Amino acid sequence: MSKLGLWGLKKSPWVYHLAAAPCNNCDIEILELLTPRYDVERFGVVLVGSPRHADALLVTGVINRKSLPRVLEVYEQAAKPCLVICIGSCTCNTHIFRNSYNVVGPYDKHLPVHAYIPGCPPKPEAMILGVVKALSKL
Amino acid sequence: MSGFWQGAWTGWRLAFSLLVFPGFLFSVVIGFVLSWVDRVVTARVQYRKGPPFVQPFADLFKLLLKQTIVPEGASRLVFLLAPMLGMISMTITAVLLFNVNLNPQGSFVGDLIVLVYLFALPPLGLIIGASASRNPLSAVGASREMTLYFGYELPFLLALVVPIIKTAQVSGGIWTIRLGHIVMAQQQAGPFLYSVSGVIAAVLVLLAVQAKLGLVPFDQAEAEQEIMTGVYAEYSGVALAMFKITRAMMLFLLPLFLITVLWGGFGDWWAILKFLAIVVLVILIRNTNPRLRIDHALRFFWLLLGGFGILAVILAYARL
Repeated sequence: MSKLGLWGLKKSPWVYHLAAAPCNNCDIEILELLTPRYDVERFGVVLVGSPRHADALLVTGVINRKSLPRVLEVYEQAAKPCLVICIGSCTCNTHIFRNSYNVVGPYDKHLPVHAYIPGCPPKPEAMILGVVKALSKL
Repeated sequence: MSGFWQGAWTGWRLAFSLLVFPGFLFSVVIGFVLSWVDRVVTARVQYRKGPPFVQPFADLFKLLLKQTIVPEGASRLVFLLAPMLGMISMTITAVLLFNVNLNPQGSFVGDLIVLVYLFALPPLGLIIGASASRNPLSAVGASREMTLYFGYELPFLLALVVPIIKTAQVSGGIWTIRLGHIVMAQQQAGPFLYSVSGVIAAVLVLLAVQAKLGLVPFDQAEAEQEIMTGVYAEYSGVALAMFKITRAMMLFLLPLFLITVLWGGFGDWWAILKFLAIVVLVILIRNTNPRLRIDHALRFFWLLLGGFGILAVILAYARL
């Protein structure tokens, strides 16, 4: 990985919003994050429509038997290097759904996760902090 | 021996003008600066701060680093060659446009038509690449891009008839399609923009520029909310970077073309202000309009703007 490319990756993380059976609470906070109030374009963060353009997948929702193959497919379609950022307690540790019959565990059982942002839902400030921490680890 | 050195010098000069100034490197750098201007003005319109100056370059370096995926079942060669088409055509366009303005005597017969064709190649590359990618959303995007292309080309061509007629009137009835003659006629008789038909033609070209750049209200081919960036949906890494480069070069060259044909060329320093005015106007139109439906866009271009185009041609013929 060249130095210039790494700098580019840190300065322009394009995010893809991957909603895998969430309750929409975290999604609304992600949309809040992208509004002019927080202006994440200052840091080069842009919401993209296709996983091929994504540098980071913002995943929300508890993973279950139905959504797992879809999530894996989207992850495989994303151009690497691609970070996975877990938004919300459901994605980090399955939260209140942990004893449910349909739940197949937290995301890090199935995908390489780069950042956990707990909260139900987490604040946009917490999401910015999580993305910064994930990028500074690169 | 002297013939050899002369040939080597000509070849070196050609390579320099294609690759460095005013060709590839220069227009890419200026284009990226302009795309930063676009993003910052957009941010200011939305009461935001906007990205830093280096943002487009960071995007480019990141895309060059990323993996380039060819989708399963796509036509590999066509899929990877299509992005180059627009890039190469815009490089040649930059050389031709600068040549015409810095040395109006040196233009060749019909370079206006060559430029019209060169500006048609980036959407063609987009259509070919999107069709080769075997993605239904890209296919929808390609079909919309094609419809839009047929839409804006009619008022664009009608508007370009206006400077041809006016050049013939200035030079005493000699019809010409040399861009150099159009520039010289404007230096002689003042820019064509300062007349009724000139204003109408400039508005038509401006709206065609908007559609060629794929900016709102004419961004149906890459509508993020409907078809997930449509034509670009399957592109990643270096191929996507090439499309970004093409888009940046077009943001630089299309306003320049408008200045050349209607606003007196860019022989003097005023041209920089004219250029910035056009770019900011394009950005403001982009930020204050909703996206049109594709059939509405076609009707807008053909019926409304086509009618205005015919009106402009008649007015130009009547020396207005």
